[in-house]
Order: sequence, then structure tokens, then C-alpha cells
Amino acid sequence: MSETLTLNKIVNQKGISTAEAANRVSDLGWTPSYVQEAMTFPTDYKISRVPRDPMKQVLRSYFPMQEEKDNRVYGALDAALRGDMFRNVEPRWVEWMKLFLAIIPFPEISAARSMAMVGRLAPGEELRTGFTMQMVDEFRHSTIQMNLKKWYMENYIDPAGFDITEAAFGKCYATTIGRQFAEGFLTGDAITAANIYLTVVAETAFTNTLFVAMPSEAARNGDYALPTVFLSVQSDESRHIGNGHSMLMAMIHDPSNHQLLERDLKYAFWQNHAIVDAAIGTFIEYGTTNRDKNKESYAELWHRWIYEDYYRTYMLPLEKYGIKIHHDDVAEAWDRIVKKNYVHKTAQFFSVGWSFNFWRIEAQTEKDFEWFEHKYPGWYAEFGDYWKWYAKLSKPGEKVIAFNSDVGYVYPHRCWSCMVPCLIREDFCCDEVDGKVYTYCSEGCRWTHKVAFAAEYEGRATPAMGRFSGRREWEECYHGWDHADALVDLGFVRSDGKTLVPQPHLRFEQKDMWTLDHVRGNTLGSPLRSFRALKPGAERDAAVAEYRKGFTINPCN
Amino acid sequence: MSASPQTVQKSGAAGSAIFAGSDSRKYNYFEPKARKATHYEDMTVDVQPDPERYLLQDWIISFPDGTPTYSKTWTKALSSNWHQFRAVDQEWERTHYQRQSTICGMVQGVIENARKSGAPKRFDAAWVKILQDHLGAYKHAEFGLGTSLMQAQRYGYTQMINNATLTNSSYKLRFAQDLTLYLSEIGMDLGNFDHTAGKKHWLEDPIWQGTRKAIEAIMGATDYLEQYIATNLVFEPLVGELFRSGFIMQMAASQGDFATPSVVAAAEADYERNLANTVELVHMLTHDNENGAHNRDLFNGWIAHHGALAREAAANLQPIWSQPRVKVTGFADAQAQADNRIKTICSQVGLVAP
Repeated sequence: MSETLTLNKIVNQKGISTAEAANRVSDLGWTPSYVQEAMTFPTDYKISRVPRDPMKQVLRSYFPMQEEKDNRVYGALDAALRGDMFRNVEPRWVEWMKLFLAIIPFPEISAARSMAMVGRLAPGEELRTGFTMQMVDEFRHSTIQMNLKKWYMENYIDPAGFDITEAAFGKCYATTIGRQFAEGFLTGDAITAANIYLTVVAETAFTNTLFVAMPSEAARNGDYALPTVFLSVQSDESRHIGNGHSMLMAMIHDPSNHQLLERDLKYAFWQNHAIVDAAIGTFIEYGTTNRDKNKESYAELWHRWIYEDYYRTYMLPLEKYGIKIHHDDVAEAWDRIVKKNYVHKTAQFFSVGWSFNFWRIEAQTEKDFEWFEHKYPGWYAEFGDYWKWYAKLSKPGEKVIAFNSDVGYVYPHRCWSCMVPCLIREDFCCDEVDGKVYTYCSEGCRWTHKVAFAAEYEGRATPAMGRFSGRREWEECYHGWDHADALVDLGFVRSDGKTLVPQPHLRFEQKDMWTLDHVRGNTLGSPLRSFRALKPGAERDAAVAEYRKGFTINPCN
Repeated sequence: MSASPQTVQKSGAAGSAIFAGSDSRKYNYFEPKARKATHYEDMTVDVQPDPERYLLQDWIISFPDGTPTYSKTWTKALSSNWHQFRAVDQEWERTHYQRQSTICGMVQGVIENARKSGAPKRFDAAWVKILQDHLGAYKHAEFGLGTSLMQAQRYGYTQMINNATLTNSSYKLRFAQDLTLYLSEIGMDLGNFDHTAGKKHWLEDPIWQGTRKAIEAIMGATDYLEQYIATNLVFEPLVGELFRSGFIMQMAASQGDFATPSVVAAAEADYERNLANTVELVHMLTHDNENGAHNRDLFNGWIAHHGALAREAAANLQPIWSQPRVKVTGFADAQAQADNRIKTICSQVGLVAP
């Protein structure tokens, strides 16, 4: 056989080019003349330019490509079992996956639904193929993640928490934070939700910490399944980022959109920071047992992915179109992570609330302390005693930490906007919206509720913008309830009817497990209800000032 | 610094310790349809939450008029239990990609082999014109249904309904592209093949205006179930199948064309699955103890409305049956089959055929 002769050359026949195929596919649409499509998901933006599809892909290459990616994922899961992955996996890590994987399939499928919202808004048909592929991608992500969770449930030492996953998602205070993330993709102004919040900010910036940084940490903890699934998920994101950017470029040339773009870039960044950094920062920093001082901390990862990759190379170039970028918020988010210990305070709060969770959280140990002090100088002085208390109070029969006044922790207010508690005490604020008082973790979140999610923005009517609704303070749902009764109502009790799903340790013997009897006698209360009961003026101001002072953890001997 | 070290279990594998809940290895928050939950149910049920099922804090963002993230008011149909529906085809991502990818491979194989053997050049000349003008026009109908269902998959009240609608959309959009690329590629082997003619016929030819009107009526409907039902219970049997099976697949072989029926056959197989899902959902709603009568009235109204449009569309297509040089079947036979099909479907779900 000649050296230049290949099978491909023998069987190959001329076909149409990829670009031409994409062009012809994009010509499938037309402007209806008999019946107009209803704009059922309106927007306040004007979209005058036809967005271009940067990916130029058609479904006949998309489906085989995705099937091949799937084959690799499912093959790797089989290989992980054959290699006895669970014998070596770190339970500390897998326990946090009960929370993460309870949340993430709903945001994913919400992104699929949101493609319906942008699909009709974009003039022309070119990008509709991109939206179609994103819709099917998100369906992929949602169900592939449900499959991964089932796989953990079937093979990990303690399946409790995985077995109730979607029920727990609907009820737990921590998962509601994730629901704020997801509902933002598909409710309210269609462009705000499905373009700016979802594709321009969440997917372009924050999926890097979610789906790239976190899988690296999983691998360090003996979990090869999560990287396999999530890096495959992330490989779809570049297509979504392209959709988002293309749609953004179709709007940015119209100066009448700039005011709304500035609002939405600011809102979306701040919400993503408040929610994603709280959750993923905690998983990466506190769900790991790997304390290699050479690896990047969450703060360093954030600087790489969010500051350098998103802020400097994606957002800043938008200024040339006349968009004012919210530089101060980026700086403030960075300060909250490196100077105000946002992630550490979130992890602390999750552990204070262990007995309302549906996963286990074990105490941080001396090895962890050293790493934290190395990466975040001053950490030990603020958090060392707390984690010693946590370890000490992890034995059943001790007074549960959330109600234990010996520790010195003061249960926080809930932020009405991001729904993470108000953990950076000095930033706590409150305001009135439609005659009612609400509490917020930060000025950014106060602005989001009061200014951004309103019928008018800076004098401009915004009739399509969404509103915050529902029982957003979780604690209010159980105000006045006994702790044990609340856990029964939540469904966070194991199959014997008394042992709790959550445990403050990783000891797997029955004698070490907390039961309903260990937590009975504590009464839950709503901080917001108490705050609203204060007289406006001096009494409320004094409470705010007191809260901003913070608290001191008592020494643990 | 000091802290007491934790005693950590040596193995994280299932069965390495026995304690309360250590054997709870099934999703336990929903009732499976059969004795055991299927993998599809595990992947799908309750991922879209509901205040009636576990959503303690209710929906937390609303539209400006107060409508929550998902609302039962997005269809006029009523159900005593929206969560009862399960898709008959049981699709989740893996099965969907496997099936779609298999179809893509099959279609590409057919096209490659046909072109390699020089088949398009042996197609009857009149038939080539039919493919160019009429199959070229029909691809837009498939695209319209795909985009309409893409819109509809946002509105359903459960994950099961929305995912079945999503996969239906995915199938339709793939088939619209299959036809586009198939015609483009055989067009390369045929001297004067005009790949833009199909759209021109779709937009201007009187033969296709009834079909376009019927499709635009589905695209413009604001009730997602109306879109779903009008697509699968009305348009597909009366127009889609009529054209695909009743014309293209019957006629092609006699015109020297073995390739086109294989490409089009994929859509018939897609439709069988989408029809099964729709029948299951509609049957659930028409036999609902509390709301069955209301739903039957509603659906009969939709079927009558879209049925009249589809019948007009089908009648307008009649001249196409006269265009092939070799005539192996007539329009009347194809229409009789379509009538029979829609009567069977409607009788299965307790509705009146148009």
C-alpha cells in the first residue's frame, strides 16, 4: 500500500462543509405570517441585531459526539467500581456530595427550560441551533448527575441522605440557597434570567469553580467519579458561553440596553458570588482531607477563574461598548473571601446547623488547622476554638451546638436576597420593601432586592422584571417548633424512625449516632420575626449595631 | 493548637459497617409506577419540585404578576395529580443520546452508500424535483414543530412532562436537520438541484400554505398542552405521516430512490415514541376522576380547531400525489389511512376524531 494512501482517502466523498451545513440549517426558520408567536416570556431589553452562532455545529455531529462523551463517563464509573474506589474514598468528601448533588440537577434542568425563553427572543434562526443543543445538554447534565448520585447511594458506606435527595432538596435550608440560584435562570425578565444571569455570569464565570476546581479536589479525596462526570459536563459549557456572549453582543450595541445590562451584570455577579462561593468554597476547603500546602486555596482558585479569567478578560472588554462595569463589587467579593472569611464563616454556619442537615459534617482537625493558618493567616485565632468545640460536642448526649450557649456562637439572621445567612456581621443591613422590613447579608444583596427586583429601575419602567416571593426565611417555617419535631417533618430521620440522618462526625457505629431524643427540647425561632418585633428607630438600630459587633467564641479546654 | 483526632472508618465502601440506614440504597421519596422504580424514574421524578411535594418554602421568585416559577395555570387542562405521568419511552440522557446518535449514524450511512453507488443520478427526474420542492418545503414543518415543542418544555408542571416534551423537540429538530443535510448532499451529485427551492415553496406555494398555517397555529398557541396535543394527536397523523409514509415512503422506490425512505423512516420511528408518550399523558387527563370531563371537552375543542387546519393542509397537498412519473398509490388511499390512524388514536384516549 502506498504511503500516501489511507482508508479515509479511498472511501471519502465530498460533502458540504461544516460552515455551509450550519448556514443551511439556520435557514430552516421563517417569520410566521398566519399566526404570530406569542412573546410569553417578555423582556425589557431590545434585541435589534441577529445573534451569530460561533460554534457552527449541527445535530448530526453533536449527538454522536455526546454519545462518545457519555461512553467515557459510564466506562469510568464501571472502572472506578472495579478498582474499589469506595474502599479508599474519603467519607468527609462524599458526605458533602449529598448536599451538592441534591442541589445541582435542578439548576441544570432549569437551564434547559430557560432556552425556551431566549429561543423566541433572538431574531434570526442561527443561534436557535445553539440554544437547541444547550437545551439537550442541560437535560444531559441533570440526568447524568441524578445517575451519579444514585451510584454514590448504591456504593458508599452511608447512603442515608442520598436516598431522600429530591425530598431533602425541597426542604433543607441549604438547598433553598441553590434554588435561588436556579429559579433565577428561568423566572422574570427572559434576558435577565436566561442570558445575563445564566449564560453570561453563572456559566461563563462560576462554572469554572463549580465544575473544574471542585472535581480536582474530589480526585484528591479518592473520588474519581465526580471529575469524570463534571469535567464532561464542563466540556459542554464552552458552547453555552458562546450562546451567552453572542446574545449579549446582539444587545450591547443598542445604548438603550446599557442601563439594564449594568443592573443585571451587577445583580448576577453578586448573587453568584454570594451563593456559589459560599457553597463551593465550603466543599473545596472543608470537604477535603488533602492539606497539601502547595495546592491552591479557594481564594487562589477564585483569583484565577473569577478575577483573571472572567473579570479581566471577559468583563473589562465590555467597557469599550460603553458599559460601566461594577469594579467595586468585584473588589468587595475578593475582600469578603480573603479578608472577611466568607467561606470559613459559611462552613462554620453549616456545621452549627449540622442537626438540620441531611449529611454528615466531621470536625476539622489539627492537620486542617495548620493548612488553614498557612493559607489564611489569622484563621486559627478566629476559628480554632470553634472547631475544637465542634469536635467536643460531636458525641451524642452533649448539648447540640446550635443551642449550646457555652460555645459563644450567635445564630445569624437570614439574607432575604441570596438566602445565605448574614455571616459577615459588620456588613449586616436591613431595609423596608413594600412596607415590610427585611434583613440582608450585604449592601449588594439589599440593592438586589430593593432596587433591581422592582417595577422600576432608576426611573425606567421594568415591567418584565421578576420579584422575590415565597417563604424565603427558612427558620420562619419552623418558628416555635421543637427541634426533634422539625427533623421528623423534614424527613431527616433514618429508617429506624429515631436515628438522625445528619451526624456531626464520621463514626459509623450505631452507638455513636445521634437520635431524636438527643435533640428534643430545643425550640427553633425565626430571627426575622424577632427583628420585626423591635420598634423602628432606636430599638432596631441598637439591634443592628449589636449584631454588627459580632461574637466571640469561648475558649475550649 | 490541639484538637482530638477523629476516629475515621477505614473503608468508605457499602457494607463495611452496619448501622441505621446503612442499607437504604433506593430513592425513597416517590411511588414508582410499577413495583420497582425504573432507572428513568430515578433520573427524573421530582427533580422539578412542587409546593405539593416537599417544597417547604414555596417558589421563591415570581414573574411580575405574581405567577410563580412553575404554575398549573399555564394550561387550561386540569389534573388531580400531575405527577402521575411517566413517559412510555423512559428516556433519560443516556438513552436519548444513544438513540439519536444511532439514527445519525444510520442516516449518514444511507446517504454515503447512496452517493457512493451513484444512486441520486438514477432518481427519476420528476422525483428529484419533488424532493427539491416538496420534501424541501416539508423540512420547515418539522422545524416549526421542533421549535414549538422547545417552547412548550418550559411550561409543564412536572419534570416528566417537560422532559418528554424536550426529547420530542430534540427529535423534531434533528429530523429537520437530517432532511436539510440529506437534500444538500444529494444535491451535490445532481446538476441543477436548487437547495433554496424548498423554502420558497414553503413560503409561497399554495400547496404548502395550508400546512404552514397549521404549523404556525401550533407555534402560536400559548397553552403548552395544546401545542403537544396538536402536534402528536392531530398534525402528525393527518399531515406528517400522510406526507412521510403516505407519499414519500410509498412512492420513492418506484422512482429509483431507495435512500429517501430510509432517511424519512427515522421520523416515523421517532413519532411512534412521541405518540406513545402523548397518548399516555392525554389518557391520564381524560380519565382523571375529578377533571376528565373538563379535559375531554377542552381537548376535543383543540382537536377540532387544529383538525380543521390539518385537514385543509392535507387537502392542499393532494396535487403532489399526481407529480411522480410512476404512480403507485393515490392520495385517497393515503388519506383513508390517515383518517383511520387518527380515529384509532382518539378512541384510545376517549376523544372525538376531527
